[in-house]
Amino acid sequence: MTARIGVVTFPGTLDDQDSLRAVRLAGAEPVSLWHRDKDLKQVDAVVLAGGFSYGDYLRAGAISRFSPVMETIIDQARAGLPVLGICNGFQILTESHLLPGAMLRNNHLHFICRDQRLRVENADTAWTGDYEQGQEISVPLKNIDGRYVADARVLDELEAEGRVAFRYATSGAAADGYGNPNGSLRDIAGITNAEGNVVGLMPHPEHAVEPLIGTGRTDGLAFFTSVIKRLVTA
Amino acid sequence: MARVVVDVMLKPEILDPQGQAVQRALPRLGFDGIADVRQGKRFELEVEGPVDDAALARIHEMAETFLANTVIEDFIVKVES
Repeated sequence: MTARIGVVTFPGTLDDQDSLRAVRLAGAEPVSLWHRDKDLKQVDAVVLAGGFSYGDYLRAGAISRFSPVMETIIDQARAGLPVLGICNGFQILTESHLLPGAMLRNNHLHFICRDQRLRVENADTAWTGDYEQGQEISVPLKNIDGRYVADARVLDELEAEGRVAFRYATSGAAADGYGNPNGSLRDIAGITNAEGNVVGLMPHPEHAVEPLIGTGRTDGLAFFTSVIKRLVTA
Repeated sequence: MARVVVDVMLKPEILDPQGQAVQRALPRLGFDGIADVRQGKRFELEVEGPVDDAALARIHEMAETFLANTVIEDFIVKVES
């Protein structure tokens, strides 16, 4: 059985096509989902892709969160459906309260676009099983509202429960993609829920799945192979 | 029609780089003596019908679930006469 992985398109989504392509390259069947459609077409997992849904009006992800498709996704995610939120998708997940904290304007107020070094901090989630704990990867980063914030209690809880999934790697030169690019607290690039089925991150693994484009590496592909493996063994 | 205003501000502990950028520009423009600037959002709601307790309760709910993200923001609801 081939896993079916859905990718949601909201008005203003940009990276749905790349996400569908990444799903296909990883070996699953890509399924397009539409924001006004509550029906998830019996997919086994969902990707909320990057972009600027609803123009980021009000707050990034704030309006998308109330779309019909999200009603179903929020219910199913609570029941264990694997959901990956990338960039704007991560913002939608925090606005939906499926993940704690919030995303704010980068501390330097600029849009940033570069290859970013990340450290995998939790290789046990549905979306990270094919990585090694502590592995460093390089994937594109492109956003203006990428600063992760949460209060100290939530941050401590995330750390204690191993729910920081990715951190910006800071052990090298900025020219090589190291460093915290936006003032995110504790260098957090991505987090997971307690069950490990919902993961959100600001950088873009779907743009790093072929040698020809993105970082010239395929460091992002393991997100998609991880979830396929999880679905097959589930 | 009655107007209800919802003011949304970042919580005090949250860094506001936009407010800081405004504050830093002030001396250059000749506006001295401003120690800090925080930038927020103001929503003006034109309400159909009476602004009674029930209407205000709904607006409060709207502000809490949608207009503000209470993880990072506080809000105040005011009725304008």
